[in-house]
Amino acid sequence: MIAYADFKIESLAYFSKKMPNHVRWVLQQIKSRIERLNALFRPVMHYNCSAHHEGTNMTEEASNISSDTAAYPWSKNEMFLFRAALAFAMRDYTNGEEFGVSDIHPCDETKRVSFWFVVTRPNTTDLVDKGTVEMAIKKSRNRINGAFLLTDQTLEFDGIYPTLAAPVSPDTPPWLIVFGVVMGAVSVGIIALLAYPLVQRKLKKNKDADDEDSDEETGVKTAEIGANDGIYNSTFSDDERFTQM
Amino acid sequence: MGKDAGPEERPKWDNKAQYLLTCIGFAVGIGNVWRFPYLCQIYGGGAFLIPYLIALVFEGLPLLFLELAVGQRLRKGSVGVWKTINPVIGGVGIGCLIVSFLVGVFYNTILAWVLWYFFHSFQEPLPWSTCPLNESRTDYNLECKKSTPVNYFWYRETLNITPDIEISGSVEWGMVICLASAWCIVYICFIKGIDSMGKAVYVTSTFPYLVLTIFLIRALTLPGATDGLLYLFTPDWQTLKNPRVWLDAATQIFFSLSVAFGGLISFSSYNEEKNNCERDAVLVGVINSATSLYASIPVFSILGFKATTALNACKDENILALTNHFEFSDQNITLQNYDYWYEYLNTTYPGKFQSLSLRECDLQKLLKQVLTPSYSTGLAFIVFTEAVISMPGSQVWAVLFFVMLFSLGLSSMFGNIEGVLSPLNELKLLPRWIPKELTSAIICLISFLVALLFTLSSGNYWVEVFNGYVGSVPLLIIALFEIIGVIYFRGMKTFSDDIYIMTGKRPNIFWKACWMVISPLLLLVVFVAYVIVQAQTRPTYQAWNPDYEKFPETEQKLYPDWVFAIIILLCVVPVISIPLVALYQLLRACRTLASLRSPRRRSRLRFPVKR
Repeated sequence: MIAYADFKIESLAYFSKKMPNHVRWVLQQIKSRIERLNALFRPVMHYNCSAHHEGTNMTEEASNISSDTAAYPWSKNEMFLFRAALAFAMRDYTNGEEFGVSDIHPCDETKRVSFWFVVTRPNTTDLVDKGTVEMAIKKSRNRINGAFLLTDQTLEFDGIYPTLAAPVSPDTPPWLIVFGVVMGAVSVGIIALLAYPLVQRKLKKNKDADDEDSDEETGVKTAEIGANDGIYNSTFSDDERFTQM
Repeated sequence: MGKDAGPEERPKWDNKAQYLLTCIGFAVGIGNVWRFPYLCQIYGGGAFLIPYLIALVFEGLPLLFLELAVGQRLRKGSVGVWKTINPVIGGVGIGCLIVSFLVGVFYNTILAWVLWYFFHSFQEPLPWSTCPLNESRTDYNLECKKSTPVNYFWYRETLNITPDIEISGSVEWGMVICLASAWCIVYICFIKGIDSMGKAVYVTSTFPYLVLTIFLIRALTLPGATDGLLYLFTPDWQTLKNPRVWLDAATQIFFSLSVAFGGLISFSSYNEEKNNCERDAVLVGVINSATSLYASIPVFSILGFKATTALNACKDENILALTNHFEFSDQNITLQNYDYWYEYLNTTYPGKFQSLSLRECDLQKLLKQVLTPSYSTGLAFIVFTEAVISMPGSQVWAVLFFVMLFSLGLSSMFGNIEGVLSPLNELKLLPRWIPKELTSAIICLISFLVALLFTLSSGNYWVEVFNGYVGSVPLLIIALFEIIGVIYFRGMKTFSDDIYIMTGKRPNIFWKACWMVISPLLLLVVFVAYVIVQAQTRPTYQAWNPDYEKFPETEQKLYPDWVFAIIILLCVVPVISIPLVALYQLLRACRTLASLRSPRRRSRLRFPVKR
C-alpha cells in the first residue's frame, strides 16, 4: 500500500510539472471547521498538494480565530456530496463514462473551506486535464450550486467564470406602454378641451334658434351672451349700461 | 377671454391661492432640489446659509417686490409694462421674451429626460440597476463594467452621447417622443391660458411638497442618513472668507426666484389692482428659500445612505480579498471588526498586505465623492437613481421622485411660456382673429422643433451650454435694467404712489434703500464678478468618452471656436434688444423734434401722439 501511495504521489508530481491539471476550488462565505481528511476509498488520498501551488499555508495562525455567526456547516459528508456532484458533472459531460466518487480527489483543505482537487479517469490513475474538468463544471454549474443550495457568488471555482444569465427582454418594451397610456390621456384631454367650447356653442346656437320666437328683451340677451363668452369683469357690472326698456 | 368688439378683457385669477401657487411654482423649480443642496455642501454646510439669506433679503425680495408691483399696477405683460414706463427701455421686455423662449426650450428637454426615466421606472428590476451583456454573452458590456450601470443607463441608453460636442450623432427617437410628450403636457395645461393653468397649479405646485415629505420620512429612516445630514449642516466658517461663496449665493438666489423672465410681471398683472403685493413678494421669496432648505434634508439623508452603502460594499470587497488571501475561515472578518483586522494584518504581514492593493474605504471621502465637483444637469439622474436602487421598493420611490421632478419643472415651465405668450400678444405680431389655443399650439410646436437639437446624441452638451449661458448673464443684465427703469425712469415718487394705491401704504425705508442703492449695486457686482470669473478661463465641458484613458472619469475638453461663438451669441442676443430699441426710440424722438422745428412744416404742426 505504501509503495502504491508513493507511486501516486510521484506520478502526481510528474504530471503537475508538465501541465497544471488541477483546479483550485474556493468556497466563499462558508464557515468551516477543520476536519481532517479521513481515509477515503483509496488510502492514497493524502496527496502532498503543496507541490502544485505556491504560497504558504496560513492555517496555523488562523486556527485560533473563533467564529461567531452561523455559517455553512462543512463536514466530510458535505465533501462527499461535493465529490458526488462533481462525478455527476463529469459523467454528464463525457456522456456516460462511469466516473465515481472515488475519482475525485480533494486535497489541501483549509479552514476557509478552500481546497484543490484532481479528477482521475474511472478505474485508472490517469488524470483528466484541466480543460475538460472546467467544461464539465461549466455545463453542470447550476446543479452543483443547487446541491449545496448556494449561488454563483457564494461558491466559486477559481478560474471558471459563471456564464451570465440572458436578460429578459419583453416583446414590447414596458416603457412604451406607459408612454402610450400617458400620451393617450393627454391627447384625449387636448381634444376634449378644444372641442368642448365648440360643442357648447353649437348647443347654444340650437337653443337660441328655438328661443327666437319667444319675446325677450334684447338688452338682457346681449348681456347673457356677453357674460357667457368672456370673463365677467366686475368693473363693468353697471346695469345702467343698457338702455332701460 | 372672449373676442368681443370691445376692448379685450384681461384674464383674471379665480382666487388669490391660484396666483400665489403659480408664483411659488414658477420660483420653485428643479434647481431648488439639487442645486441648493449641492452649493450648501461644497460651501461649508450650515455656513452657506448666511450669505444665502443675506442675498435673499437684500437682492431677492426687492427684485421680486418690484416686478410684482410693476405688473400689478400697469396691468400689462413684460413688453407693455416697459413701454408704458418709457418707450426707450421697451427693449427690456423683448429681452425677457427671448430669454423666456430660450430657457423654456432647454428646460423642457430636462423634463423630457425626467419623463423618460419615469416611463422606465415601471420595470422590475429597474433598468439602471444591472449592466446589459455584451454581444458574446460572456461578460457584461465593457463600457458599463468600467463605469457603473447607472452611468451607463444615463449616458448610453438615455442620451447615447457622443464623445465630443462637434460630433452630432443622430436623433434619438426615444428622446424625441419623450420631448413630444413633455410639450403636449405643457400645451394641455396652457391651452386656455391661465384658466387651465390656474387649475393645473393646484396639483403641480402642491404635489412636490407631498412627495418631499414622504421622502423626508423615508430618508430619515435609512441607515447613514445622519452621516449625510451632519455633513450638510456642519458649518465650516472658513468658507465665508472666500468671495466666491458670496457670488454663488447671490447668483443662486437670483436664478432661483425666476425674476427677469417677465413671467412674474404677467402673472401679477392678472391680479386685481388693490392687492397687497408686498406681502405676496415676501411670501413667495421666503417659501422659495424654505423649500430649498426643506428639500436638502431628504436629499442629504439619501446621499448619506448612498455613501454608507458604498462604504459597506467597499469594506465587503476588502474583507473578501483578505479572507481569500489569508485563508481565514469565513465570517471571521466582519464589518464590525473590520478596522481591527485591517490594522492587525497591515502590521503583521505588511508585504502580503500591500500586494493586495486594497481600496481605501473612508466615509468622508465617499461623501465627498458622491457629490462630484463637476456639476451637471445629469447629477440628479445619476446620484438619485443609484440611491433608489438600494432602497426596498425601488419602483415606487423612483416613480414618486420623477413625478415630483416633473411637477416642479412643469410649474416653472408655465412661467416661461407665459413670459413668451404675453409679450407676443402685446407686440401684436399675430393677427387678432387667431384664438389663444392656436397661439399656444404654435409656440409649443416651434419650441419643440428647436428643442430637437437637444435630442441629438450630443444634445446634453448643448443643454449645458444653454443652461450655463442663457440662463445667467442676460438675466442679470435684464434685472439691472428693470431696477434702473423703474427707479429712474418712472421715478421713486411715482412708484411709491403706485404702491400706495395698491397696498394702502408707501414702501418703507428698507425697500427704498434696496431699490435705489443696494440691489443695483449688488447686481452690478455680481454681474461683473460673474463675467470676470467666466472670462478668466476658456470655457470647457465634461465629455463622456469611453476611449479616454482615465475613463470612467469625464474628459475635460475645450469648446471649439464655433461653439464659443454661439455662446457669445446666446449671451448677447437677448440683451441686444435693449440698446437697439433705445436707439430706435431716441432716433424717432429726434426726428419728431426735428420735424417740429423745421420751418417748412410749421404750418402743419403735428404734435407727437402721447404714448
